[in-house]
Amino acid sequence: MNKMKTLAAGAAITIGVATAAHADCGIAGGNVSVLANDFPALHAVVGKAEECASSTVTFSKNHTTEHRDIQVAAMTANPSEYTTAIVANSSVVPLLNGGLIRPLDDLVTKHGQDLKKNQLITIDGKIMAIAFMANAQHLVVRKDILDEVGLDIPETYEDVLAAAEAIEAAGVMEHPFAMLTMSDWNLGEEFVNMYLGHGGEFFKPGTAEPAVNNEKGIATLNMLKALVEYSNPDFLTYNTGVVAPIWESGNLAMAQMWGSSMGQLLDNEGSSAEVVSGTLPVGAMTVAGGTTPASSLWWDGFTIAANISDEDAEATFLAMLNGISNEMVMEGDNNDRAVWLMDAYKPGIAAAGIAATAAAGAEPYPMLPYMGLLHGAFFAELPDFLQGNESAEQTLADIEAAYITSAKEKGFLQ
Amino acid sequence: MKHKTFFWFIMPSLAAMLLFIAMPLVSVAIQSLFVEHDQVLVEVENCTPFKCESSVAVDQEATAALREERPLGQFNALGTYTNRSHLAFAEVREAWNASGSLYDFGAQLMNLPFYKALAFTITYTAVVTPFVIVLGLAIALGVNALPQLVKGPTIFCSLLPMIVTPLIGSLILFWMVDADGILGAALQRIFDDDQLSLKASHSLTWIMLIVYGIWHSAPFSFIVFYAGLQTVPQETLEAAQIDGATRWQRVRYVVVPYMTPLVVFITLMQLMDNFRVFEPIVGFSASAKATSLSWIIFNDLRGGDIQLFGSAAATSLLTILGVIVLLMPVLIRTWQEFGRKVV
Repeated sequence: MNKMKTLAAGAAITIGVATAAHADCGIAGGNVSVLANDFPALHAVVGKAEECASSTVTFSKNHTTEHRDIQVAAMTANPSEYTTAIVANSSVVPLLNGGLIRPLDDLVTKHGQDLKKNQLITIDGKIMAIAFMANAQHLVVRKDILDEVGLDIPETYEDVLAAAEAIEAAGVMEHPFAMLTMSDWNLGEEFVNMYLGHGGEFFKPGTAEPAVNNEKGIATLNMLKALVEYSNPDFLTYNTGVVAPIWESGNLAMAQMWGSSMGQLLDNEGSSAEVVSGTLPVGAMTVAGGTTPASSLWWDGFTIAANISDEDAEATFLAMLNGISNEMVMEGDNNDRAVWLMDAYKPGIAAAGIAATAAAGAEPYPMLPYMGLLHGAFFAELPDFLQGNESAEQTLADIEAAYITSAKEKGFLQ
Repeated sequence: MKHKTFFWFIMPSLAAMLLFIAMPLVSVAIQSLFVEHDQVLVEVENCTPFKCESSVAVDQEATAALREERPLGQFNALGTYTNRSHLAFAEVREAWNASGSLYDFGAQLMNLPFYKALAFTITYTAVVTPFVIVLGLAIALGVNALPQLVKGPTIFCSLLPMIVTPLIGSLILFWMVDADGILGAALQRIFDDDQLSLKASHSLTWIMLIVYGIWHSAPFSFIVFYAGLQTVPQETLEAAQIDGATRWQRVRYVVVPYMTPLVVFITLMQLMDNFRVFEPIVGFSASAKATSLSWIIFNDLRGGDIQLFGSAAATSLLTILGVIVLLMPVLIRTWQEFGRKVV
């Protein structure tokens, strides 16, 4: 019994020492408080940043999928409730619109020697966020099923339609295809992706006037409708949480999903060996003879709140730098949790789709102050068309009308 | 009770109501009359990990100055109420002029978000409320006739749908009606149709939401009626029995008239609750087929990256107006009865 106690005490001391060794992030003191989305890659980053906590550095974190909805209110407060918010292309926009995050140029000059140029998100010449991972939607296929019907890996959405038809005709699967078409933000994102693939512009250049009611918009709608014909009739309830288990159960042959979900599809949990060995992430498809992939590129990065003291800002910056350090990437299985932008990252099979999509020249999701409003109009009006209740022209007119109404309320249009 | 005593007695709840209900309502009403300042936009050069491109951003300093000057934004009067997201006067007029028939007009009206939501909200309220009252009374009569020994457990089980949190209740049902769920698969087997999906069909989704609403609210009216049944005078019932009244006649001519005030009470509560239907739409992911006024408010505030406070405030007030209109007949009746009693 005594031995056990000694052992336990020994272990405790070792852990204590280990923590102390990790804790030196060069922070004199201050508060670090993180608001972040809730998925494994961000847990890895924030967990590593938390190791900077010490007797002089207080650390708190809030991982929540509701982060977008609370960030503006929480950071408008003075002092801000959070010293940093981890954001993406779209969720950084409300913070920029409200002037709630500070330029990081000074901090980058002082501490950011190890950051790569492409990690610096600059708006109007000022560094506003530090990116650490990339994400994109792309196709994932079951190679074994495609082999079974004697087809190559699709490269365009026209190929996907043909393959889906062949798989259905061969009686292999009833609904071989799925994309993230839940009638919320997800569905809007599918329209954005497909429209970018058609080479469309969302707004008249330099203005907040919508410009989606055109031939490309109609082609986008028709392609989306053609695709969901091969999807389960419940497709309007499909988000990642629904599609991933269906994939793992072996009931899908092709799906358009987030690159960050590939880890889940390719691990050995929740799926049979047959499904896992056949699962192959490929790049995003092109469409209608275009060369731009029908997908948008996303980054995740951290920002620093405007309404905090400079001391807290510096402490937070240093802690987050520790969070996105090369050591974090090399720890445990962190390498495979995301497509990291840091040097230590070794791309694995799970990252192949994102890498291919970026290499093929996909467009970044537009970081425009009013893009969120148009995105909202997409998913509000699309279900009517996809369910066959109205024409493509009517839907596009509705999208523009809905957007104009909300843009007027927000002061983007007069 | 003396007026002064009465005042001190209700003071705390009155203060709480003023502070947490009346004042926020006033604030919402004021906000609904304003829209944001014209945003000052500037051309900027943005760089991301993928590329640099010229883009547009909000000019912080200019916007801050505008906000400082008039924190509420621009006065818009009732503009938000009449825009396309709400009452859509211009669109309705246009639809009326352009449509050849009433049916055509109705179809165009259903293309506007507010009227689409109103259609479901009213249908839901109109169907669920009477069903809940009749079903609740039937369960109460049934339970009341049970032997004492099984009454307790039966009451508990009958209350379960109300005890379960609405969101959880709807999620459980949502998974059960999935094509691979126990109810969904059973329906497919019964109707011998692989394509049958409660989630995919417009009308089946409405029916599913309405059935869920009845299932969820029936216990409320049951427990109120059950309590009421305990106070029905036994002498009158026995007298009716001696006069040769059947069980049905006793219910129809003794119990139901005695319960009228409770029916009014439940109708009031149910009209209010059902008009604000929300959780099942989220739980069943049904927003593509059925939206309600409350769901529109939620979507304005939580649907995307940018929150539309003015729009949400306008819909909130229109919802309150709707509830008042719905309750008017019941309230007038209660008031008249009150007047009769006083005289």
